[in-house]
Amino acid sequence: MTTAPKREEPNAIVARGLTRRFGDLVAVDQLDLTIPRASVYGFLGPNGSGKTTAIRLLCGLLEPSAGEVTVLGLEMPQMAEKLRRRIGYMTQRFSLFEDLSVRENLEFMGEIYSLPGRARRQRVDELLELYRLTRQAKQRAGTLSGGQRQRLALAAAVLHEPELLFLDEPTSAVDPENRREFWESLFQLSDAGTTILVSTHYMDEAERCHALAILDRGRLMAEGAPRKLMDDIDAVVVEIETPYPRRAREAITTLEGLLSVAQLGTQLRALFSRESQEPLHRVQTAVSSSAPESTASVQLVRANLEDVFVAVTRHSPKARPVETGSG
Amino acid sequence: MVQSFGRIVAIARKEIRQLRRDRLTFGMVVAIPIIQLLLFGFAINQDIRHLRAGVADLSGSQQSRRLLTDAEASQVIDIVARVASIEELNTLLRQGHIAVGVVIPPDFEQRVERSQRAQRGNGYGPGGDHLDEPLAQLLVDASDPASYGAAAGLRSLPIAPRSGLKPRASAATFEMRPYYNPERRTAVQIVPGLVGVILTMTMVLFTSVAIVRERERGNLELLITTPLSPIELMVGKILPYIVIGCIQLLLVLSVGRLLFDVPLRGQPLDVLISSLVFIFASLSLGLVISTVAQTQFQAFQLTFFTFLPQILLSGFMFPFDAMPEPAQWIAEVMPLTHFLRVIRGIVLRGASLSDISRDLWPLLAFGAIAMTLASLRFRKRLD
Ligand SMILES: Nc1ncnc2c1ncn2[C@@H]1O[C@H](COP(=O)(O)OP(=O)(O)OP(=O)(O)O)[C@@H](O)[C@H]1O
Ligand SMILES: [Mg+2]
Repeated sequence: MTTAPKREEPNAIVARGLTRRFGDLVAVDQLDLTIPRASVYGFLGPNGSGKTTAIRLLCGLLEPSAGEVTVLGLEMPQMAEKLRRRIGYMTQRFSLFEDLSVRENLEFMGEIYSLPGRARRQRVDELLELYRLTRQAKQRAGTLSGGQRQRLALAAAVLHEPELLFLDEPTSAVDPENRREFWESLFQLSDAGTTILVSTHYMDEAERCHALAILDRGRLMAEGAPRKLMDDIDAVVVEIETPYPRRAREAITTLEGLLSVAQLGTQLRALFSRESQEPLHRVQTAVSSSAPESTASVQLVRANLEDVFVAVTRHSPKARPVETGSG
Repeated sequence: MVQSFGRIVAIARKEIRQLRRDRLTFGMVVAIPIIQLLLFGFAINQDIRHLRAGVADLSGSQQSRRLLTDAEASQVIDIVARVASIEELNTLLRQGHIAVGVVIPPDFEQRVERSQRAQRGNGYGPGGDHLDEPLAQLLVDASDPASYGAAAGLRSLPIAPRSGLKPRASAATFEMRPYYNPERRTAVQIVPGLVGVILTMTMVLFTSVAIVRERERGNLELLITTPLSPIELMVGKILPYIVIGCIQLLLVLSVGRLLFDVPLRGQPLDVLISSLVFIFASLSLGLVISTVAQTQFQAFQLTFFTFLPQILLSGFMFPFDAMPEPAQWIAEVMPLTHFLRVIRGIVLRGASLSDISRDLWPLLAFGAIAMTLASLRFRKRLD
């Protein structure tokens, strides 16, 4: 391995061949990651794709089966203890104490991070204000609404002003309005120099990240800035607007080179591989013959992140041979 | 070091807060000792009267009839059956029809006479051998300690007054023949033992559940990404329970004294020290359980799994010496066995710490081993 300079390394996280198995299941498979400092980096993936496991590996909660990770210049998991004070972790499941009040929870975390009395109270007040929890300060955490909980969890994770923040699906129980606000606060933190690793399965959230890793069944399927991922998509997107979307769908399913079709109301979104011949023309023909009496509009459109997601996860083999042994 | 202390205090304070809000658990801390004490204590100590008794009067003399009248007048026994042989008495006893069998030997009158002569001679002279000779026999179903205790009251029933002699001082009127339970026990012996039983139950259960609860609720995943070390977490968590243990100790001993006249013959400080050692051992066991159990229910089951053999084999339920040897070996490994000897020694016999150090060391060793095991098993990882 290369001996990278320990401190002041430009990347917050560098992982090579990171792998974690649970018995026969490979939850995280040969992950290579480079996450620059002060960026908001997203893990996008469906349920069970290994997002949580990857985050746990990165903060030293789990031991990797293979591979190397350096976090903030510290090798994981051997140096995990040294890292504790410098990272914040917001777990997927609410993990603060439900039978303590909002303020008690924050005070407690402050004590655990050894913030001195006055500074601690000040910081707690500041966070209550920042995350709009002042009115709930005396309320038990267990009785908070989903959004309030999320804000409390974030407040607890940033209490000790960590350099690196792990957020595991932080907005799963939050409405769109609050989600937008939540992301604003993430960018504030990132502007202040905090590196943020956030997992999600919302496309709109993923799109906000500086860079993104798309995971599927433990594998890194694509990586890069969202814009770039959309530009580089290895597919052509055809949008079909028709009063008979079901009929149109049936008509195009047999077309050669079709990767997937998704319906949104009266709209169909068809993905074709780049190599396929004249998809637009073929779709037009197929759709108009399926419903000759009606007019359908068919056009090529820019790919969005969901298309990218569909395109890259399609390539992953349905069943992987089980790897035996280590390495 | 200072930071470490601060974190321990933070955990302890949080634990107390949570405990205070958990009404049921909080209630159990106080209710369990008192209820158990009342249940065990009253059932055993109560001055039981009107035991069903069977009589085999093999003498059939005037004096024997008078003795039986006296015995019945004491209200301890009600004679419900008169039989002609000891065998019949045994059968009744075995079938549970009677709790006490009174056997008056054929030579009862002679025995009385011999004993009186011996007494007149102050135990010297030709009749001296007969001073300690019992006049009759009580067969008692001692599997029920309560009836045994009550019948014991009959033991020195004075037989002499009507014959104008002073009551026999040294010897018993009846020879006690405890059946099924050779070790005689009373409330006085039960209460100190109860201290051990209650501490075992609550200390092991509370610690194991307190940690497993955090695992179950996901708190642990957060805590292990903080600078908190396993040992800090454990110490912080058990500190409040040590205090609770001491409160329970105080509660049991003072209620025991108030209601059942249980004496404290040894030094209170010795009781405290030895109890702390025992609490340490029990808490450590709880910690070990917490590293094995994944859910609170498992923690509860495992606690019960360690609790039952301790209750049965420690000498609390059954006399230690009467157990088969392999059972005794097993019992020697269990903290409660040693603590029962320690606490009975201090409370009842006025033993000092050095007197009972033989049983104190095993407790310390148990605690130290369990604690090491727990911290080794509790790693700051999820896998
Ligand atoms: N401790 C474990 N033991 C066994 N299998 C596990 C364990 N933790 C995770 N897995 C498996 O690893 C795979 C990845 O799980 P992981 O929780 O990382 O997914 P995820 O991307 O976070 O999913 P979600 O979006 O539902 O949170 C899943 O198939 C899961 O069942
Ligand atoms: Mg997850």
